[in-house]
Amino acid sequence: MSWKGTAVESTTIGTIIRGDREVFPPYLYAAYRASNRRSPNLPLIEVPLTLSELTGPGPAISEVTPEDADLTRNAGTGGEAIGQRIIVTGRVLDEHGRPVPNTLVEIWQANAAGRYLHRNDHWPAPLDPNFLGIGRCLTDEHGVYRFLSIRPGAYPWRNHPNAWRPSHIHFSLFGPSLASRLITQMYFPDDPLHALDPIMNAVPEPARSRLIATYAHDVTEPEWALGYRWDIVLRGPQATPFEEPEGEVR
Amino acid sequence: MSTARLTGAQTVGPFFHPALLREDARRNVLVQPETEGERIRIEGCVYDGDGVPVPDAMVEIWQANHYGRHRHPLDQRPLPLDPTFIGFGRCGTDDAGRYWFETIKPGPVSFDGERSQAPHICVLVFARGLLNHLVTRLYFADEPANAADPVLQRVPPERRETLIAQRAVVDGAVVYRFDIVLQGDGETVFFNI
Ligand SMILES: [Fe+2]
Repeated sequence: MSWKGTAVESTTIGTIIRGDREVFPPYLYAAYRASNRRSPNLPLIEVPLTLSELTGPGPAISEVTPEDADLTRNAGTGGEAIGQRIIVTGRVLDEHGRPVPNTLVEIWQANAAGRYLHRNDHWPAPLDPNFLGIGRCLTDEHGVYRFLSIRPGAYPWRNHPNAWRPSHIHFSLFGPSLASRLITQMYFPDDPLHALDPIMNAVPEPARSRLIATYAHDVTEPEWALGYRWDIVLRGPQATPFEEPEGEVR
Repeated sequence: MSTARLTGAQTVGPFFHPALLREDARRNVLVQPETEGERIRIEGCVYDGDGVPVPDAMVEIWQANHYGRHRHPLDQRPLPLDPTFIGFGRCGTDDAGRYWFETIKPGPVSFDGERSQAPHICVLVFARGLLNHLVTRLYFADEPANAADPVLQRVPPERRETLIAQRAVVDGAVVYRFDIVLQGDGETVFFNI
């Protein structure tokens, strides 16, 4: 498709990047306007991971209830959210490919009309009284998380003329260490807005495509909900003197 | 080992508050009455490259306890754990860009077999406009161990001041001031970590 004249066609891409440069976005991506005055100008200082970063809050933060993972009903109104019902599931892995069990996954998303329940979201799309748009769960012993929700709508923003965010779900994870802390966004397949979105395009390919969930017919439940699968791979320290060879790092 | 399959970061955006700062996810107060250690309050403001306060940032902290031990399975050093202290804090900035925590001053943490690190607190900064979170550290102005800290020593001397929280006593309480400048004059040192 052609997207000439859009925000991401040619933009200034900064060189200051934290972490793997093939995976993580630069702090400055000029087409994403808010990055222009909030990105550092000076190089990041290289330091080794110490015990302070090899540890982290993940293992100690675990308060969830089963209802937290059902965004179609967790508003507590007794009613059900309006929209295309979806199941979003996947595994949380460390960079060795090992599952990260019992780790907190927090998500938030717009409603089916593309509106957030938030004091700063004012655009004229309807709110759904039965939808808060927030959820959380712990991964199981295989690193698997699972949410029931509704498909979020796209929404406009004021980054550039006629700017729309593709449908997405925000994810926040701790993982085993401070170094594995990650906040990111999951996108849906076959969305024509992907190519136009400066936030998504700030991640280089092929890492960008890995932000897109896969439609999974084996996750889809008959006469109930469409299934999507999305695995998340967290940075993790390489083996350290503190880590046991067989160690379940939790 | 290839890291090609890692998941990339995306900005926290403007709408994270109901999810990440719901009542039981907000963690300004890290201490309980029984928590061991010197009570301190940390406060500061997050500024953008125009010197304007950032009203929609989120600051997270992670620290060792009074003895320098982390509540984490990888930290098996023979130091006491404090059952009343986790060491994790999370605070959103207010309309004036301000954040605060009530915690204790951590003990020193080992760096390698021989050296130890000066007492410090790890600080993560999230905001709309930050495509990936920023990582920095808070050190304490009145701490003699700063001079030999192996991480501070990697920071150009003229920039170290941005990592040093200044101590004040306000109404009998110890307050450390730690402003975070994302860009420009007085830009805070951030780490590639
Ligand atoms: Fe969003």
